[in-house]
Amino acid sequence: MAEIKFVSGIRADATEDVVFRMCPMHLMRTEDRMKELKKGQILEVITDYEGSLNDIPEWCRKTGNELIGVDDNGEFFKFYIRKTSD
Amino acid sequence: MLRVYLDHMATTPVAKEVLNEMLPYLENRFGNPSRAYDLGFEAMDAIDKARERVAGLINAEPEEIIFTSSGAEANNLAVHGLANANKTRGKHLVSSLIEHHSTLNSLRWLQKQGFVVSFAGVDRHGEVDLNQIEKSTGKATVLVSVMLANYEVGTIQPVKEIVEIAHEKGALVHVDAVAAAGNIEIDVKALGVDALSISSHTMYGPKGAGALYLRGGLRLVPLIYSGVQEEGLRGGTENVPAIAGFGKAAEMAEKGLGEIERVRWLRDMLVESVLEIEDTELTGHSEKRLPNHASFIVDYIDGEALMQALSFEGVYIGNGTACISQVLRASPVLIAMGYPSRRAQSSAVFSFGRINTKREIEYAIDRFYLAVKKLRKISPFAR
Repeated sequence: MAEIKFVSGIRADATEDVVFRMCPMHLMRTEDRMKELKKGQILEVITDYEGSLNDIPEWCRKTGNELIGVDDNGEFFKFYIRKTSD
Repeated sequence: MLRVYLDHMATTPVAKEVLNEMLPYLENRFGNPSRAYDLGFEAMDAIDKARERVAGLINAEPEEIIFTSSGAEANNLAVHGLANANKTRGKHLVSSLIEHHSTLNSLRWLQKQGFVVSFAGVDRHGEVDLNQIEKSTGKATVLVSVMLANYEVGTIQPVKEIVEIAHEKGALVHVDAVAAAGNIEIDVKALGVDALSISSHTMYGPKGAGALYLRGGLRLVPLIYSGVQEEGLRGGTENVPAIAGFGKAAEMAEKGLGEIERVRWLRDMLVESVLEIEDTELTGHSEKRLPNHASFIVDYIDGEALMQALSFEGVYIGNGTACISQVLRASPVLIAMGYPSRRAQSSAVFSFGRINTKREIEYAIDRFYLAVKKLRKISPFAR
């Protein structure tokens, strides 16, 4: 499992809420939403799915996007991903 | 013998155009919509098209439509899904005593899981008591679930007012619009509701398809777990033929609402004739009711016996919600409206459709007169 940095107070440019939506919506919607963002912008992905702790870092590694970290202070996980290329 | 179908609240015949829309997906276009090849794509295209049509009927956005197997599943999904998605905020739910069993039994299950449910009463016309809704809705209330129109007495509920009350207290509103869809105009934006259920088979579509409108941005806990179907909110390979047919039915309903005045005229003709019989009473509201709906208490007669007697004459009516008439003699809806048990057993429900003609209604009235006369003759209660 890739190492994940825990963060808080990150300001995102867009939010994708996939809470309660079944796997693999956390990946499908993240992928779709990232296409709408510009290079350097940050996407916040909110999910209740624990598997995302493996999947999202892995997806970032494969696609070359930067995983800033995850905020687990609330009821759900909030991932912050910076788009690295247009 | 003429066959006159006047039980459109129970189900409707599938329109020819709907059947034609479905057939390719029962024959050559059988692909799984989740598959990334042409057979899959054409199945997914059919679902997308249906989603747009169903959304159009209720003024929703296509992405706000979740296809289900039925209106009952849509009600289950809304009640369970919204209650559970918001339970950290509160565990109180509000509904009414005259809801469909799919809503009532979902609420009863949630009661066992620790939710508290307040059931508002109704007045003599079957209209939900707004004061009770207001008094019982509080900070802990996460969901108010009411029907738009009642199946048994046709009464249209003051949904807009209920939405105002609920939203002011921070509660979401789900509306069961299965009986109303296709019979009156439904605009989810104008009503301001957060979720709304409709069904295919009560608007000339096939059985096996329903839909839940879920306002964009709301969270919902699924009932059926699988994967990507319905954006991860309702698992299971989609019933493509039924969904395609549902879409066509929704498109036709939107256009067909123009014909409702003729249906209303037929309904009024029957009401006038039935009320000429002694000891009959129109149940529900005289004006705030579905235009295709007429329900009566025909005293001294068992509603089930009347329904059966008429069916032998080729006239099909209802005597309450289809699924409960087989087990319960007295209608819980009429009981909630304050009718005594014996009178609540004497219910006759006529629900009209766009297939009905004047000649059919005249025949139905004629047979109804004869059946009532015959049954009252042998009734131990008749005067």
